[in-house]
Amino acid sequence: MRYRLIFAGQFVFTLAVAAFLMVPAALSISAGVTVSYFRGIRSGVTLQWIVQVWELYAGTILLSFVVAFATLAVTLLAGVPAAYALHVRGGRLARVVEELITLPLAIPGLAIALALLLTYGGFGDFRRSWLFILAGHVIFTMPFMVRSVLAVFGTIDIKTLDEGAASLGASPWRRFRDVIVPNAMPGILAGSLMVVTLSLGEFNLTWMLHTPLTKTLPIGLADSYASMRLEVASAYTLIFFIMIIPLLVAMQLFADREQRK
Amino acid sequence: MSTANGHGASVSVQACGKTFADGTRALESATLDIARGETLVLLGPSGCGKTTMLRIIAGLELPDEGGTVLFDGKDVTSEPIEQRNVGMVFQSYALFPNMSVADNIGYGLKVRGVPRQERAARIAELVALTNIAGLENRRIDQLSGGQRQRVALARAVAIRPRILLLDEPLTALDAALRDRLRGELNRLLRALGITTIYVTHDQAEAMELGDRIVVMRKGTIAQIGTPREIYFTPRNRFVAEFIGAANIIESPVEDGHLVLSGGRQPLRSGINLAVAVAMIRPETIQVVEAGRAPLSGTIDSVSFVGDRQRLVISGTSRKPLTVDAPNAVQVRPGEEVGLLVAPESVRLLPLED
Repeated sequence: MRYRLIFAGQFVFTLAVAAFLMVPAALSISAGVTVSYFRGIRSGVTLQWIVQVWELYAGTILLSFVVAFATLAVTLLAGVPAAYALHVRGGRLARVVEELITLPLAIPGLAIALALLLTYGGFGDFRRSWLFILAGHVIFTMPFMVRSVLAVFGTIDIKTLDEGAASLGASPWRRFRDVIVPNAMPGILAGSLMVVTLSLGEFNLTWMLHTPLTKTLPIGLADSYASMRLEVASAYTLIFFIMIIPLLVAMQLFADREQRK
Repeated sequence: MSTANGHGASVSVQACGKTFADGTRALESATLDIARGETLVLLGPSGCGKTTMLRIIAGLELPDEGGTVLFDGKDVTSEPIEQRNVGMVFQSYALFPNMSVADNIGYGLKVRGVPRQERAARIAELVALTNIAGLENRRIDQLSGGQRQRVALARAVAIRPRILLLDEPLTALDAALRDRLRGELNRLLRALGITTIYVTHDQAEAMELGDRIVVMRKGTIAQIGTPREIYFTPRNRFVAEFIGAANIIESPVEDGHLVLSGGRQPLRSGINLAVAVAMIRPETIQVVEAGRAPLSGTIDSVSFVGDRQRLVISGTSRKPLTVDAPNAVQVRPGEEVGLLVAPESVRLLPLED
């Protein structure tokens, strides 16, 4: 009896916590499809806000994905070899470099953005293009890629595997492709997942770096909250959900499958 | 000895030392020649520089300035391992977890651009040679330690290397398996007849596998010789004690005899020393009735180990003597016995070491 009471108590508590987290999301989503938020759901259900958001912000949403995947490409191309080099070389210098790469996590995004603006703000073409945002995102997400790949290198003896492949005649590039990357795959996938989601949701840095022509999803969201009806902003949130959830699920499934293989 | 009709390359290591970046001196400048087809064992306790020597020969480490490595007389010092055409078996095997057994064995051939069909034939050949038929499609983490060892060996041999390098290949295995694989490995190496350099800290492995053994200590070569030479005529105390069991006796010498508390042991004629460090192997000491030998002592303990019995005898010299007696000899602890040692069995070692 006492046992069941404890169970019931815990169950209710869990439900309450879940509700606390989920009700705002549900409210926001429902607001995005109601005719008038102030009159509530009785005012009717509509897709007009979503259409409106799409018309206004389709470019922004597209740019977000371009930036996210470009960030992923850069962190993959630079981060995975960097992690490999740091791991194989080792020593004090490698640790210092690793700390430097990690530093942007501790520095507020605004400060990084400010530094970028101070340094490169004068290069008009660069400043105005989306590549400027890309630079900020790469700085911000690089530690996540490097760290998760390094973590995998720590669990397998990558140095000996590399030497093993070398003893069989494989060139450094061949070793990297055939042995290092496939064995680092779980870390690369985990890193990729983080890089893409962080880039899609990044606000601090991006808010400082963007121009009216280079807005990403979260900037557009802030924009719509600030200047438009609540229903539009909510519809925007809904679109954000719809875009990012399938992406997350897909990457997670992919990672799971890779791990089981 | 397979030296005469062997193949593979000869190896010459000239004045190779190794100081690591942190200042550790892993290997003092050493020179070593390995004949074509020979199996050379680098033997020593951990930290003696044997693995560093192997890695220099492999091309995984660069020797300090002035050192050179020659394969068949050609200087390969600056060539990285991937250009040296050596086969290597690592202590941890370094098998690729992302590839099947067959792909592991065939990797070196794939890198060399050997066509698929030819590769498959060579893989089949090695699978048969190393006794791992049926495992070709397994993943590495589905193999036992012994199977991994065989795959690592097959992979290293598949590329028909000029030189085969093995870094403690049996150390990761349990004792019974190690003994069995040691015999197998020996037969395989003899059959291949390839120049082989084998690193181990296990003297039994070194004895069984080596044409010659290089005993190493603290980054230097203590002695190079055939297993017999190393065993019967160790050059110093370290080698004597590291290889097999040895009684080391320090004692004054009087007209050609070691003067011990348990009697006077004759030496080979012509020895003119005041003090000597002598080595006597336990199996060269014969236990006889008390009073019927120049040396005497009291049996402290008897350990019966099957093929022989090991006695510890006190009162003969300052330290207790270890004696291996035939298993049929009837002895009891506390018993007074005589000890007979042929003068030729007393090996004198350098005084300071």
